[in-house]
Amino acid sequence: MTAVRTPTLAAAKLVFQRDMTLAWRRWDEVAQPLIFYVVVTTMFPLATTPDLSALRQIGGGVVWVAALLASLLALEALFRADVEDGTTEQWVLSGQPLGYLLLAKVAAHWVLTGLPLVIMSPIVGTGLGLPTSVWGVLMLSLLLGTGTLSILGGIGAALTVGVRRGSVLLSLLVLPLAMPLLIFGSRAVAMQMDGDSPAGPLQLLAAIFFMALSLGPLAMSAAIRISVEN
Amino acid sequence: MSWTWFHKLASPPHAYRILGSLAPWFGWASLALILLATWWGLVKAPADYQQGDGFRILYVHAPSAWMSMFAYVVMAIAAGVGLIWRIKLAHAAAAACAPIGASFTFLALATGSIWGKPMWGTWWVWDARLTSELLLLFLYLGYMALRASFDDPQRADRASAVLALVGVINVPIIHYSVDWWTTLHQPASVTKFDKPSIQLAMLIPLFIMIAGFQLYFGWAVSRRLRGEILRRERNANWLREAS
Repeated sequence: MTAVRTPTLAAAKLVFQRDMTLAWRRWDEVAQPLIFYVVVTTMFPLATTPDLSALRQIGGGVVWVAALLASLLALEALFRADVEDGTTEQWVLSGQPLGYLLLAKVAAHWVLTGLPLVIMSPIVGTGLGLPTSVWGVLMLSLLLGTGTLSILGGIGAALTVGVRRGSVLLSLLVLPLAMPLLIFGSRAVAMQMDGDSPAGPLQLLAAIFFMALSLGPLAMSAAIRISVEN
Repeated sequence: MSWTWFHKLASPPHAYRILGSLAPWFGWASLALILLATWWGLVKAPADYQQGDGFRILYVHAPSAWMSMFAYVVMAIAAGVGLIWRIKLAHAAAAACAPIGASFTFLALATGSIWGKPMWGTWWVWDARLTSELLLLFLYLGYMALRASFDDPQRADRASAVLALVGVINVPIIHYSVDWWTTLHQPASVTKFDKPSIQLAMLIPLFIMIAGFQLYFGWAVSRRLRGEILRRERNANWLREAS
């Protein structure tokens, strides 16, 4: 008897759709990181100066830091429910490449948390005095950066699943790894604002993204196996 | 080729015994080299024409910075070996490396800061190497925090091993991104000391000191690893028979 196996792509699509449906039913939870993002960026003018020309100097960096923190927020619970109710165990046993299923889950997570941040960023940036000419670069850099961050965060979330006080630990693990993203992303915005070509940092961001995309699933599946097997 | 020696080495009783006999060699040799290099560096080596005697902190700073990265790589290799061949002893070795590496990183940061005060006029500059050293310290702290947060030692071993491998891939990226970041930001006055052509007379004690630090690392890892073995094997028969 030959076992019939769902094609991997179809299985990954099912995982993706399931997460989207679940999120749609609890959309208020999905909105929380976005609200956090706006609140954090509001704090900077209050803490420093309401002068737009002064805020412009740090605007790109503030948007980037806020985006990093906001996308970390939702990561902690990424795999928790699935590990607790045994879904991940079934994935491990399913014979599908675990990395792809986890990547589909991370992709759904990115669509729900990363993409809204990217779309919101011009509005938030304008509040910090960023000119319309940097919108494109800001969004593109965040698009690549949040993608990488979702994968890095996926590794961190897979490692800290079932750990006490996981959310603090997760930030401690993921933030140092995300520093290059912060450097390249905010530099790209600053260079565009100074009239330089931001191609260099954007290409580096893209390179890091593709590296994370190719190696990330391996690390994620190794980490999930450790969490499930014991 | 026979791998018996390898498997033998990976068995706790053998490793415990071998490490016990290696440790004094490492210890005394490192003490001798460090004392020699200290005398050579502080007394015999000529003073720097620009920094005077202030540069002599280099003999602690540079070897600790080197060891901080060396220890991380050793830790990641041990973690990888443990993960791939499922050797518990390799995981124990990785666990033994982490606090030592973190201490070296802290020492490099502290001496860099002390050196920076008279040379740069400030305790801290966002210099490329200082910043990537700081991020390395964060990586060490994250690794140790993850290891400490599991109750089950096997799970702690394997989860932190994955983190060590992810980290070691990221270390060069972090290093180059920080490098690139500071070359755009930093005033040239700070980089003046960056690439001095060091005299041979100053370089020899530096190499001796690095060798001494390496041996010290060997001694410290042997001692810590023996401790790890004792802790992990506390219920094993061979230990009861040995004591």
